[in-house]
Amino acid sequence: MEYLGIELKKPKVSFFDFTCCEGCQLQIANKEDTLVDFLSLVEVVNFREISSEKKDHYEIAFIEGAISRQDEIERLEKIRKQAKLVVALGTCACYGGVNSLKKRFSVEDVVNEVYGHNPVETLPVKSVKEVVAVDFEIPGCPISKAEFESIILHLVLGTEFRFKKYPVCVECKQNLNHCLLDEGKICLGPITRAGCNAVCINGKLPCYGCRGPAEENNWPSLKQILTEKGFSPEQIDEKTSFFNSLTEVTKNES
Amino acid sequence: MLYKTISKANFKVFINEVIAGNVTIAPKMTDKDSEGNPVYQFQQVYAFDEIALNYTKTYSSLKNFFLPFKESLSTFQFDKNEWKQKIEYSIHPRVIVGVRACDINGLLKLDNVLMKGKYPSPYYVARRTNTFLIGLDHEPMADCFCQSLNSDEALHGFDLFLTDIGDKYFMQINSSKAFNLFKNVQINDIETEDEEKYIAEKKRIASLFKTRVAITGLSNLMDIEFESDVWKKWGDKCLSCGTCAMVCPTCYCFTVTESIDVSLKFALKEKVLYSCNLVDFAEVAGGHNFRPEPATRLKYRFYHQHRGFVESYDEPKCVGCNRCGIACPAGINPIDVIHDLRMEDVK
Ligand code: SF4
Ligand code: SF4
Ligand code: SF4
Ligand code: SF4
Ligand code: SF4
Repeated sequence: MEYLGIELKKPKVSFFDFTCCEGCQLQIANKEDTLVDFLSLVEVVNFREISSEKKDHYEIAFIEGAISRQDEIERLEKIRKQAKLVVALGTCACYGGVNSLKKRFSVEDVVNEVYGHNPVETLPVKSVKEVVAVDFEIPGCPISKAEFESIILHLVLGTEFRFKKYPVCVECKQNLNHCLLDEGKICLGPITRAGCNAVCINGKLPCYGCRGPAEENNWPSLKQILTEKGFSPEQIDEKTSFFNSLTEVTKNES
Repeated sequence: MLYKTISKANFKVFINEVIAGNVTIAPKMTDKDSEGNPVYQFQQVYAFDEIALNYTKTYSSLKNFFLPFKESLSTFQFDKNEWKQKIEYSIHPRVIVGVRACDINGLLKLDNVLMKGKYPSPYYVARRTNTFLIGLDHEPMADCFCQSLNSDEALHGFDLFLTDIGDKYFMQINSSKAFNLFKNVQINDIETEDEEKYIAEKKRIASLFKTRVAITGLSNLMDIEFESDVWKKWGDKCLSCGTCAMVCPTCYCFTVTESIDVSLKFALKEKVLYSCNLVDFAEVAGGHNFRPEPATRLKYRFYHQHRGFVESYDEPKCVGCNRCGIACPAGINPIDVIHDLRMEDVK
């Protein structure tokens, strides 16, 4: 694999899934138009959605999913020891994601509700960085295929990848959408990091902030705007805590 | 300039002819908001009847047909140790129908910067010179304040401009290209009655403006009020979301991104529109940010509109369409901000 006459080194990468729907891995696996080119950039050691091969020799570990069981903690710690770089892949891995809804109830109630008479061992949901050191985080529920590919390219070429610092609203306007805040909806686009091309708003769904906070995030102002529009603190909290991705911003203030 | 009239029936024939031979863009109803009000956008049309000539306001401006949100500046092709660069800025000639005076004036302001300046942008020039503009008068919306900014009338910058005078349009023909288009469609000389109707209609439209913004001396006032608390009042509300600059007909700031294709065989240099309200607008190499606070960035957006641009071109950059005010999630709008600045009214 050459770029402008320079031979590039193929990093050995592994993908591991924990508590999640494996949708982020699927984003990578089903990007069919560029999958072949992508696979020539890296050497895939473990990736169960693409190949059944399994090896223990890898440099980069992509961790998908949140951590919610003792055996997951042990497995993750082993991976951390083996990998040079640990990358949290997707909102579950970065923030706990949808699984964090579990935090609203006691572990007992959750087990009882879901498993009834066949209880399982489970823990409150944690993000990857709450368990082991993480070198890089790629948020998104699911991750953006284009952004992921770009990150891998930067990695292989040895150049710095920069996330967008501005919020989703910019991409929302680039897609000529009407603001959903004017349509009686709670949209968290103004405090959420862009990079998804505002896919939700393009489909008329408000942003739930899956990508985590934008660099400038004026939560006090957005909260006031939502309150003035008549939303209750509970209604607002339900949205902002959905992915557990904005807690750092929204809990500071309230 | 040549003045003629065209009957409404003939105008329809004319536009259908235009559509048959050209890429034609016009206001279309594309959606309804939650209250059932129509939402309009400029889009390509394929028949006269698709056009909403009596549209109110497009949420986003016409600017993006001239300054796309994303535009390829150049592409690169790699082959072993060699690479080839390709720069393309030619576009298909096209016609835009139903453009408001304020939007034409917005384009004239962009022309000052991107076409008539020391460093014209060939990308903009290609789009602008290959676009045939048909303007149309209309009744102002309640929040339009283009009259205060002398932008309620377009004196040039278009090919045709129409004013509704009943069963026909009063027509200003501003280019030979436009005149030649009427070979197959009948247009008529102006009669006294047409002139009277035209003047009356112009007066009627001018009398309908409900929103006024005091612009006289604003440029100097901005200097005096540089440290005003007004900026903090509105800056605290600002979400630094860039919406205002995205929808504004005259904001032209951009960033340049470079990306390599995953095949490693191609690369793209792209221009992406930006906004001075975004957090890293004034961030420089090394990481220093000259405008780290939202209030400072908001202030500078108003400074460019009403002071910086005046210094360079003797007129404000704002045309008074209030698109920024409508779209701003935080309710920040030039009418209230300028009013506060005049009153130094910080509640
Ligand atoms: S608040 Fe939501 S809908 Fe409104 S502009 Fe921002 S991202 Fe778009
Ligand atoms: S719009 Fe919001 S919720 Fe949807 S993908 Fe983007 S960041 Fe996530
Ligand atoms: S009113 Fe706002 S959107 Fe319209 S020209 Fe002025 S600054 Fe731009
Ligand atoms: S500096 Fe701000 S106000 Fe001026 S053109 Fe750029 S985005 Fe618009
Ligand atoms: S003024 Fe309004 S639209 Fe502009 S950046 Fe601030 S909050 Fe966004």
